[in-house]
Amino acid sequence: MASLTNVAHGIDVETLKKDFPLLAQQVNGRPITYLDSAASSQRPRQVLDAMRNYEETTHANVHRGVYGIAEEATRRFEAARSSVGRFIGAPNPAREVLFAKNATEGLNLVANTWGRTHLHSGDAILLTEMEHHANIVPWQMLAEERGLTIRWIPIDDDGALILDDLDRLLDGVKLVGITCMSNVLGTLNPVSDIARAAHDAGAVVVADAAQSVPHLPTDVSALGCDFLAFSAHKMLGPTGIGVLWGRDELLSSLPPFLGGGEMILDVRKDGFTPNDLPWRFEAGTPPITEAIGLGAAVEYLEGVGMESVRAHEISLTTYALRTLEERLGADIHVFGPKDPVERGGVLSFAYRDIHPHDISQILDQYGVCVRAGHHCAKPLMRRLGVNATARASFALYNDESDVDTLVDALSEAGAFFG
Amino acid sequence: MAGLEDLYREIILDHYRSPRNRGELPSPPAQRVEGFNPLCGDEIVVTLEVSDGAVSDIKIGGTGCSISQSSASLMSAAVKGKSVAEVRDLIRTFKGMMSIHEATLPGQDTRGGAEVEAGEPQLLDVDSLGELAALQGVVKFPVRIKCATLSWNTLAQGLDEAESETANA
Repeated sequence: MASLTNVAHGIDVETLKKDFPLLAQQVNGRPITYLDSAASSQRPRQVLDAMRNYEETTHANVHRGVYGIAEEATRRFEAARSSVGRFIGAPNPAREVLFAKNATEGLNLVANTWGRTHLHSGDAILLTEMEHHANIVPWQMLAEERGLTIRWIPIDDDGALILDDLDRLLDGVKLVGITCMSNVLGTLNPVSDIARAAHDAGAVVVADAAQSVPHLPTDVSALGCDFLAFSAHKMLGPTGIGVLWGRDELLSSLPPFLGGGEMILDVRKDGFTPNDLPWRFEAGTPPITEAIGLGAAVEYLEGVGMESVRAHEISLTTYALRTLEERLGADIHVFGPKDPVERGGVLSFAYRDIHPHDISQILDQYGVCVRAGHHCAKPLMRRLGVNATARASFALYNDESDVDTLVDALSEAGAFFG
Repeated sequence: MAGLEDLYREIILDHYRSPRNRGELPSPPAQRVEGFNPLCGDEIVVTLEVSDGAVSDIKIGGTGCSISQSSASLMSAAVKGKSVAEVRDLIRTFKGMMSIHEATLPGQDTRGGAEVEAGEPQLLDVDSLGELAALQGVVKFPVRIKCATLSWNTLAQGLDEAESETANA
């Protein structure tokens, strides 16, 4: 029984699902089975209510007005920053948690500030073969401009990083970009080990945590990275806001990213003086409603407990891997680590020789939402030898019945294409 | 609601399972053009021979979904042996079918057809497309239109390149 298993991990999915209005929708006359949370997660009523309440009762610009609602807006906005900092174990949230548009913008911020200050012709950057384009292209743009070289940590056939040559790869490297959890393979990377080796080699470490923060407990001190970026909309929050966390001593020494209001202390005809952290990196009116939504999402996840979320998703991934193999056998190939403890709930797969687009199209008829495509990880697709994969990804609101519906629909797709 | 049978017609599945004119012609002398769909990573390779103002031979390579592969296969069968002018007409008609809103298809209300590109005929002669008309259901699934038109855009590019080479020769 699915619910018994879930209650054992402290998550009662049946009750929890009721918090998510979208999950009560029908698609093509069937209840929706939402398995695309790695692309974007659904939002609970608590998040939607917090945003709506702010809009209806409190909205004013932040850090400006000397009147009641403006002060309350500022208080809620900065409270969201504190919640986010607490959620990722940031030592000093009030200075180190920067709001950006999304993880992508956070990574671009690092490339444009730390990168432009510290990387010069002939310097090397080390990335992994499983990075999302968001942690590749900003570095390629900088590499082209500055004459940098990019090296790659390879992966093995099970989707794990090959670290035997790490010390040699790190030699002369100034920056390491690494995903905490692959958005294609689900692989959980040993970020703290790599960060230790990188620091010994004199490099800073930028972690793309877009997939890991929504699904596992995060502690930036334990990870040992210098920068960490993630997006709200993958962790039950709204689109339009993400977070870049950085070490105070690094952020303090960096020039601003975007220029404008909010990011300055003073502007004269002959120049400007940048503001203190974190506002130095938050030019213009920020996404206030979205920050408050993100704060509510963090509180929702804390209420469930990230240890429980992780335990639930390990259990669900175990069930999914077993069920796919039992019912579809050799017809299905799931990419990435075999052991659910070494991966997140992201299952990219090939099913017979049916193209991922066709799989996704048939599944849609059964109300099952999965992603088909290259998942913004084309270097990884080339390494896997495929153009595209289908991907089912879980969040805390999924349960074993969702897996059963997926497998039923896959069987139908198999029958359809003969 | 558009059903799967609108998309996956029997002719389409047949061309997907048994693609016609599969492979690559030696290039040169054949014109070789690659097309990519950046959304899904599909790629197609069209090699064609143009002689005496006609597409004398064509082969299709690459990988893709059932819609892109069957569209390429149907296209190869439809254009082989036709004059370049006829092929260009066919490309125009096919792309017209793929760009119009489903409400403007023959036999339906045509008053809402504001999305027809300028210069396109208001009512397409879908019957003239023969088996290719099987792909008209794709317009009901907008994200798949790029799959169906990938090979046609690639062919058009190949014809352009063949003509400019002839002109420069």
